[in-house]
Amino acid sequence: MLATSLGSPAPFGQSQFALVRGNAFEKKVKADGGTELLRLLFERLGSGADAPGEATVPDLTAAGPAGRAARTALALREATAAGGWALLDHPMLALEVAGSPAYLEPDAVVVHPDGTWTVVEIKSFPMVDSSADAAKVGAAARQSAVYVLALERIAEVTEGAEVGHRVLLVCPKDFSNLPTASVVDVRKQRAVTRRQLTRLTRVEDIAAALPEGTTFDPGCSPEELGSAVDAVPAAYAPECLAACELAFHCRAKARAEGAVETLGRSVRGELGGLTTVAGVLAAAAGKEGDPADPTVAALRRAAALRAEALESPGSRGGGAACH
Amino acid sequence: MSLITTLARLEAVDSGRAQPLATVRHRHLTDRPLVLVPLTTAGEAGAPLGALVGTDRAAPRLITVAQPRDRDLRFAFLAELAEAVLPHIESYADAGEPAERNETDPGTGKKVKVEVELCTDAAQLIVPSRAGIDFVRLLGRSMRFRRTVEDDPDTPYPAPARVPLLGRWLTHYGERARVPGSSLLLAATDLLNRHWATGQSSLEDQHLGALLAWIDPPEGEPGSAAALRAEAGRDRAGQLFCPPAGPATDPAFDNRLLAPAIERYDRARTALATAEDGLAADARLGELSGAEREIRSLLAGVLRPTWDAVWRGLDLLAELPEGARAEDRWTRDRWSFTGHRDRVRAGEPPQPRRDDAVTAAQKLASRETAQAQLEAQEALDDPLVLAGRRLAGEAFVGVVTDVEMAYSESKRPSPRPLVTVRTDERPHLGERTKVYRSLDGKPQTAEFVAYVPEESEGVLDGGSADEEILLVLRITDRMGRGKEPAPGSVPEPGDRFAWTLFEHDQRGGPKLPDPEDTPWTHGGPPGAAADGPAEKPDPVTAEDLL
Repeated sequence: MLATSLGSPAPFGQSQFALVRGNAFEKKVKADGGTELLRLLFERLGSGADAPGEATVPDLTAAGPAGRAARTALALREATAAGGWALLDHPMLALEVAGSPAYLEPDAVVVHPDGTWTVVEIKSFPMVDSSADAAKVGAAARQSAVYVLALERIAEVTEGAEVGHRVLLVCPKDFSNLPTASVVDVRKQRAVTRRQLTRLTRVEDIAAALPEGTTFDPGCSPEELGSAVDAVPAAYAPECLAACELAFHCRAKARAEGAVETLGRSVRGELGGLTTVAGVLAAAAGKEGDPADPTVAALRRAAALRAEALESPGSRGGGAACH
Repeated sequence: MSLITTLARLEAVDSGRAQPLATVRHRHLTDRPLVLVPLTTAGEAGAPLGALVGTDRAAPRLITVAQPRDRDLRFAFLAELAEAVLPHIESYADAGEPAERNETDPGTGKKVKVEVELCTDAAQLIVPSRAGIDFVRLLGRSMRFRRTVEDDPDTPYPAPARVPLLGRWLTHYGERARVPGSSLLLAATDLLNRHWATGQSSLEDQHLGALLAWIDPPEGEPGSAAALRAEAGRDRAGQLFCPPAGPATDPAFDNRLLAPAIERYDRARTALATAEDGLAADARLGELSGAEREIRSLLAGVLRPTWDAVWRGLDLLAELPEGARAEDRWTRDRWSFTGHRDRVRAGEPPQPRRDDAVTAAQKLASRETAQAQLEAQEALDDPLVLAGRRLAGEAFVGVVTDVEMAYSESKRPSPRPLVTVRTDERPHLGERTKVYRSLDGKPQTAEFVAYVPEESEGVLDGGSADEEILLVLRITDRMGRGKEPAPGSVPEPGDRFAWTLFEHDQRGGPKLPDPEDTPWTHGGPPGAAADGPAEKPDPVTAEDLL
């Protein structure tokens, strides 16, 4: 909404076809008290324990996200103490992000008889011949890692509980709607997320740095909103386009400033201390910059070689001898 | 991205127009490419929604699926696609010319030349984007194991006759597209990105509309503004001016236009099924075909801009002269095409789900060779690409200042002339580093001997970048068998050449064992562990819908 009010609406949205299909698939996987889901889980992860016959499916309804999170924590404790198989359908987990609580809803969490908790992620992209799109699997792994982190907070205060670092990814098999599953080890993603969470600037600190009276009310004029958003520092990179609603706004700002990052993060590394398009071009043209700086020297050489190759008659300069 | 490419991108930002990355076209384009613009249903695997296909830009063939979740309609789509694609492929498969191929005689183990037929040209397939290539591969995978009534009369949901064959061809094209430099199946975005640098990131370059906006912006408008309109511009009804190049559709299109139309179609179909007499059925049939027409025109509306964009891209590329060595790579594509034609004609089974160890290793090795070959050939064909290699110290251009005759110290001395070259570049030369130059299209090898201290001051490699240095090279081959080098085979003072530190031709790697001799470390010979499953068709669910 904020992005639309700023005049750079986000390019996202979900097709209802995908939504319907995703929901139908999830329902199919969890049908009959999760029999199929538990069968897949036992097949891929069951070690030592008895095959799950009946699993308890605790009721997790409660008022508000905080209430549901408390209800989930209680159900997890009870299920762990009971020592049987339990399937928590859409539990609610709380995780502190930058000083304020965020609520997360995994597709399912399974409690094993030995007290292990496993996160189950149900996705509607297919596994064709037992392999799925690597980018989508990576995204699912990062998502699950956050759930694992949130579960660990509860497991710390629950006796006999342990959170499995291997999550179960359930996807449609080939071109059917039959479920198949694969185990994904999320230790790496968990470590990365944990580190990033500790490094995040707290929301209060960001708010404290803002000028008095800053508001992000989408009802305000685009100019007011623009200056409000600009007051929060942001480092735009093209990767933002895939994830953030404000990416188009940040990109327009970065382009207006002539930041070289708009061409990709790696470009910045190549260009050393030169950060603007105009600065780089001036250095390459020999108008600015210290020739002793290796970046400037390399840029001038690159510019000279490029010009030579383009200018030579019929573009047959240095390479002419090659023919 | 090399610094020279980065510089081109920055120039594009500055000028508001894409800048050339190549002076010649590095991919072969046939006279009659088959363009395929597919669309898929969001959230479904291998459920096509529609396609525009054809070789005539003015008359694409529109194929649509009114209800993508209906198996029968999907099969009808695939059958029609086979009708559009296979005759095109077969028209190339039937025209061959005699050629020779090296083969190892199984009896003697010697290399012998075998007379075979090589297709005079191959069918070229162009899709809009890289996602389109993946979709071609996915379509191929979804079709090639299907059974027709002829294969198995008892198969529960038989596929139309030519669908499995189309699956095998699309699989072959999808696999071939993974070979660097191959041109059998190309994505328009890849083609354009190879030849132009835009003022946006490579991520944004995957958008065909935005890419074209940079390369060929409308009169008086900077590329960035035109690209932004292509990316995000919407009309009053909230639909994109420039629909995504597929195969995914825009969610706003799905939700606001397509879903209601499909719903109307479903209702009309149910109504037709419950019609009680002929008169009512006629009226409802009219409604049904009306609903179907609506879906067709909706899909045509979002497919057509992409179709036109692909052709516009091909026009822009056709303006560049083709690189001299692109033809050589196309010949390899023709061999690949002919090879698959022969496998199909010989009645071999479809490509397996997973390659066995030896095949996988062979594919990997051939792709690595193709990559190295592509890099070398592009640099030799194009001074602009060579400039990138020169900047990286992998090639240099120099003027011959002196040639001194010398001979090897063997019983029969052969010419080993010493050539002094003056250059202002800084190639990464070490002791006896081999360098190559092109002599009548064939590489001539020389090795680096020493830097010459110029005048009194010794300029080894400590001088500043612009200073010229002298270096001595010893030519070692391509001078004939005699004591005196063949005329024209030794450079003369004043000649200006490009020398490369990389080889011009690529040798294949060591020979891999036959599949039957696959070592146990790699799963043993195929067929021992798992025989048969590769042949089985995908299980079909009883439900009609996916």
